[in-house]
Amino acid sequence: MAIQVEHEIHKRRRGRNMGVGILLLAFIGVVFGLTVVKVLQLGDLRKFETFDHVVRPQIVPDTPETTVPLPEVSN
Amino acid sequence: MSDMSLHETTPETEYEAQMGDYFALLKPRVMSLVVFTALVGLLVAPTPVHPFIGFVAILCIAVGAGASGALNMWWDADIDARMRRTAKRPIPDGRVKPGEALGLGLTLSCFAVVLLGLATNWVATGLLAFTIFFYAVVYSMWLKRATPQNIVIGGAAGAFPPMIGWAVATGGISIDSVLMFALIFMWTPPHFWALALFVKTDYGDAGVPMLTETHGRRVTRNHVLAYCVPLVAVAIGLGFTSIGGWVYLAVAVFFNAWFLKGCYDIWRRDDAQAEADNYKVEIKTFKVSLYYLFAHFGALLIEAVLRANHIGGL
Repeated sequence: MAIQVEHEIHKRRRGRNMGVGILLLAFIGVVFGLTVVKVLQLGDLRKFETFDHVVRPQIVPDTPETTVPLPEVSN
Repeated sequence: MSDMSLHETTPETEYEAQMGDYFALLKPRVMSLVVFTALVGLLVAPTPVHPFIGFVAILCIAVGAGASGALNMWWDADIDARMRRTAKRPIPDGRVKPGEALGLGLTLSCFAVVLLGLATNWVATGLLAFTIFFYAVVYSMWLKRATPQNIVIGGAAGAFPPMIGWAVATGGISIDSVLMFALIFMWTPPHFWALALFVKTDYGDAGVPMLTETHGRRVTRNHVLAYCVPLVAVAIGLGFTSIGGWVYLAVAVFFNAWFLKGCYDIWRRDDAQAEADNYKVEIKTFKVSLYYLFAHFGALLIEAVLRANHIGGL
């Protein structure tokens, strides 16, 4: 039997494959949309970045507790 | 593997399941009722929800309901094959293999529960997971074939969606959501027993212990009225909570009087009278029960819209 590029199973299962494809795209859309909404709901983006594995001092807001006093320079 | 196996074709006589067949496993009609009641539960809650999160939550609840429907069809395939109403379902009709239904049900259950947890909160997620477990295991695997009270306790599975919708918004449970649950829970027995009275042969033939078969039709008629009375109390009581109001109460009084009259008529007559007019009263009361639930939840939605516009309330 000759090797066929287009096997008949491709035709037979076209509807199913298309359906699965559409569902996967919809799933990507849902996860992406959810991510956007969740991140935007944080309001201040620093809330998200601060706790991204490692605390980054440059994005922690300046407060009296976090402000490091400059060393005094003597003449 | 031989070269031939790569090119082997399925005989033309063997049917290959299509997307529509898998979708039918999810019981789309039941799913539509679940979506409606869950949406009402979510919208009448006092806490606003972002529209996209609300959409994802309703999607998860619908998929969870569909998944439990698929698990139910997998378990009950033998019963379905013996009943006229269900003989054409995908598994007894040979369009979908039982294993496929089991796989689809389990996969979608996990998907719905995990995604709801990530999108909303763990109270709503816990309720959804419990609902799927309750419908697939407690109702389908245990109660349905064991007791004529199967639909009373099993009805709880269908009653959870508005409670889940409420929990999505508020992150908790309250008297309002419990009464929405109770409304569907108390409505299920008279609704199904009215149906069982005029499709009398099917459940018995399939070996499902419906009240009509185990305790007789007189007892079933008594039960229809007995469950309708507390249903009226729950339905009216819901009108006095924070999600009720005058519009809801007016709708509730009208539909409860109508449904109670139907249940009373079912109780008052016997089978000889029912046979004489081809179960006219039972069929009519069953139809009223469908309008009944839609009207109550529709009225709750109207009350929510009125409240949002600072109108209504008691």
